[in-house]
Amino acid sequence: MADETAAGSAAWHKIVTEKLKEHSVQLVTYVPDNVLRPLIDAVHADDYFRAFATAREEEAAGIICGAYMAGLRGLMLMQTSGFATLPNVIASLACAAQIPLVMMVSERGTLGEFNLGQSMVARTMRPLLDSLGVEHHTISRLDETDFIVDRAIGQAFATQAPVCLILSPLLTGGKVLKGKKNG
Amino acid sequence: MANVANTIPMNRFDLTSRLVRTLKQDEAVIGGIGNSNFDLWSTGQRPHNFYMLGSMGLAAPIAFGVALAQPERRVFALEGDGSLLMQLGCLSTIAAQAPKNLTVVVWDNGVYQITGSQPTPAAHAGADIVGIARASGLKQSEWAADEADFEQLVDQSLVEDGPWLIGARIEDVPAISQTERDPVQIRRRFMEGMGSR
Repeated sequence: MADETAAGSAAWHKIVTEKLKEHSVQLVTYVPDNVLRPLIDAVHADDYFRAFATAREEEAAGIICGAYMAGLRGLMLMQTSGFATLPNVIASLACAAQIPLVMMVSERGTLGEFNLGQSMVARTMRPLLDSLGVEHHTISRLDETDFIVDRAIGQAFATQAPVCLILSPLLTGGKVLKGKKNG
Repeated sequence: MANVANTIPMNRFDLTSRLVRTLKQDEAVIGGIGNSNFDLWSTGQRPHNFYMLGSMGLAAPIAFGVALAQPERRVFALEGDGSLLMQLGCLSTIAAQAPKNLTVVVWDNGVYQITGSQPTPAAHAGADIVGIARASGLKQSEWAADEADFEQLVDQSLVEDGPWLIGARIEDVPAISQTERDPVQIRRRFMEGMGSR
């Protein structure tokens, strides 16, 4: 089954959608990413969620912040390079106004990256989050996914603080260049 | 600013005052960075106003988020032409989702007024912001010819389904006062105005 792993436990994206529902997170904005596809497909297929693509990550963040202030909880999805377009918005909107902007990043640039640009920009992500004091967690194991997603989202809304969940290739499989390895 | 036939340059504070006076009750208004939110602040501090102090270009996306959360409430974004130019993609995002309760007002003076009135690239190029909005999919995009026309367009956007975009040519005149820089208090007051805290 698509939503099950070989071991019979739920796939990461299934766990994520369950946790989103438990925390009443209904709005999902994203700039598409191949690794995030199962999650994007899942939220589009489920009437509980309102999901759509934006032209740029900054917009996706602005929409989530506006919706939160009017009582609708949201999540934004992006890949590592998209995250790198966000520091001004995170700092001057989410941090300054104390808005629980919940971000989920599909991690490129590590563990088999083939694009030098991706591996370079990926190095900016955690230092940037650390410098802004934004809580972030890297999810690399399926058995920790439930706990991390649940607690991180809960803390974000309880403390009015942005949070970033980074999906490691160890969890998702990541994206690799097809073809021979010795060429 | 675009040289649009049959429109006159107006005053941003005057138009903002007219807009606020036209509001029926608890419509949300999101003021974009700089003079857009300063002049909104200067009209009186409604709890239904959000004064955006950073994140240049995001007044329309924030307003769109508010509109999504509360479909029964009318929501306005007040954005400068230079700010919108930073985030033109949001026009198509809004057009694609078609929120009926959202109106984006664009103050077009053709300059980055707050940094010394340097002309925008769009002004240099003779670009037409309302034309850009229409071509981005926002079919109900109109220039306000004068103050009375602006009020009529705002009135129409309050009763007819959106999304709407209203362009207004404005003079190169600074805001009459400045917003108090307290983002957390601004956010809390706005949430109280929205009934969400």
